[in-house]
Amino acid sequence: MTTLLQVKDLQVQFPAAGSGLFNLRPRKVSAVNGASLNLAAGETLGLVGESGCGKSTLARAILQLTPSCGGQVLFDGTDMNQGSPADIARLRRETAMIFQDPYSALNPRQRIGQILTEVLQVQRKVPATQIPARVGELLELVGLRAELAERRPGSLSGGQCQRVGIARALAVEPRLIVADECVAALDVSIQGQIINLLLELRERMGLALLFITHDLGVVRRLCDRVAVMYLGQIVEEGPVHEVFTAPRHPYTAALIQSIADIDPARRLPQDPLAGEPPSPLNLPSGCAFHPRCRHALPGCGETAPPEHIQGARRHACVHSQLPC
Amino acid sequence: MTTPLLQVRGLSVIARAGQRDITLVDRLSFDLGEGEILGLVGESGSGKTLACRGLMRLLPAPNLRVEGQAVRLAGHDLLQLDEAGMRRLRGRELGMIFQNPCSHLDPLMRIGEQIAEGIRLHQGVSRREARAEAIEVLRQVGIPDPKSRVDNYPHEFSGGMRQRAMIAVALGCNPKVLIADEPTTALDVTVQAQILRLLLELRDRRGLSMILISHDLGVVAQTCDSIAVMYAGRLCEHGAKHEMLAQPRHPYSAGLLACHPAAQPEAVRMTTIAGQPPLLDDLPAGCRFESRCPQAMPLCRQQLPELLEASPGHRLACHTPLLAGGLS
Repeated sequence: MTTLLQVKDLQVQFPAAGSGLFNLRPRKVSAVNGASLNLAAGETLGLVGESGCGKSTLARAILQLTPSCGGQVLFDGTDMNQGSPADIARLRRETAMIFQDPYSALNPRQRIGQILTEVLQVQRKVPATQIPARVGELLELVGLRAELAERRPGSLSGGQCQRVGIARALAVEPRLIVADECVAALDVSIQGQIINLLLELRERMGLALLFITHDLGVVRRLCDRVAVMYLGQIVEEGPVHEVFTAPRHPYTAALIQSIADIDPARRLPQDPLAGEPPSPLNLPSGCAFHPRCRHALPGCGETAPPEHIQGARRHACVHSQLPC
Repeated sequence: MTTPLLQVRGLSVIARAGQRDITLVDRLSFDLGEGEILGLVGESGSGKTLACRGLMRLLPAPNLRVEGQAVRLAGHDLLQLDEAGMRRLRGRELGMIFQNPCSHLDPLMRIGEQIAEGIRLHQGVSRREARAEAIEVLRQVGIPDPKSRVDNYPHEFSGGMRQRAMIAVALGCNPKVLIADEPTTALDVTVQAQILRLLLELRDRRGLSMILISHDLGVVAQTCDSIAVMYAGRLCEHGAKHEMLAQPRHPYSAGLLACHPAAQPEAVRMTTIAGQPPLLDDLPAGCRFESRCPQAMPLCRQQLPELLEASPGHRLACHTPLLAGGLS
């Protein structure tokens, strides 16, 4: 498979409330702190991690919706961080995003048909005369009846709104879709419908999908590969099946242990992970995970962990295998 | 179990909309034993939260009202109490914690004062004693260094600590029953496991009974003793956890279980329940799940099934239940 997207050592910083009189000593939050990942054409990559770890910021920086301050985002071989306006315009035409809250991502005053028409007009993918027909096709593609084009988001259910969000993303015929927690706000029975739709669209259209979620159960069902993020860095990356059966980073292991299982015989994990993530304003030295890590060695607080690469798997930890 | 601690009989929550009434929670009945954790599950809009708010008589809008035969707790019938009587009981007998701790803690008040306020109100102790008690409760919910943390404001706490603080506010009044409304939904999985573990510990240590509202069967499976499933304002099945998870008999319970991402992890497609719940202002005459039910037969369309005891300790509202020995 050809690599569609390559992210190398990406850095995103935001200004934070500084200290000192009149904010003379400004501070920065490193939301994304040297993250790297690859995505092949037609592949689904799950990006997981706790809230605040920088998943959404990474996604927005990839799509150039948030400026980054270092590293590269190679889309189809072009570094978009240094991209010309023409490059960025191409990125806009070939990528799309689906958001978490389907209601707030759609304009409540527009009809569904207008929402989709607007994208088609701006991106000029189809001639103006064919737009109404294309709107109908898009709605059909995501399993909605064409009559819904006359409705406004307020009269649709959450699941229907999310389908409209997906239809809008598909309108540009993207090669890459970034879905940011796109099923988190939906009920389980509806969640499954949306995930099945994404699975089906991926098969039919060969879409690459970057699927951001905090729900590892969903990743196991939907994704080919998974990248685990902790405090702005990717700590482990690899094929879903391998990572889930034998995680190598202690953080990944704790996350997998914490998945709420429906097996009543399984007890709650005995404190899989103590404490909570530290503030990104004040990143721990060395390995960012070491204050919570039960396998930490004395040196972990001083030096950054080495990166181990074995076949399709990659993780950043002192230990090359998860200690028992 | 002898007499249950909490007995709910025919609890309804009704909304007045213009000239007509809409029943949002329809004749809910269940018992909660001492030290029992009951999981109340269902999709959004099924009435889980409203039922519990009705129980507490903390209804979020003035056009809502509670009706029912009886809600018995510790020798009182909650439905017969006036607002003043209810206020004395709330907190002391029945505590509640919510999904979003940020919006239920006062941002301008120190954590310790928020805990101490309830203690002073219900136990009539001095400020100093209440503060000491608040520190003790904070320690019990696992806040490190409670002596200095007691003077923090909510914004100085992380998400998981705020949820612990809210549990501490509820525990300060020493309630017999704790209603936890989606207490971990806003938290990360690792923190979720910590909070669930805390709730289990509190049950073991204090004999606290709990109603745990959740949309996630995984959360319920790991914490509860019994599970009640709600659909469109009604209870459709209620039984012991192991039975409910191993052999759900209502097609909706079975569907909900199959939808969970952890069910059949090897299958490619996710199982779903086709269609959507009915609107509560336009309910069908028959079973409310009929339009989505794979088992439906003509009777289901005509007659609303009542919640009846299918086997000892297992209640079911369905005309065409799945067989007890597996799928029918």
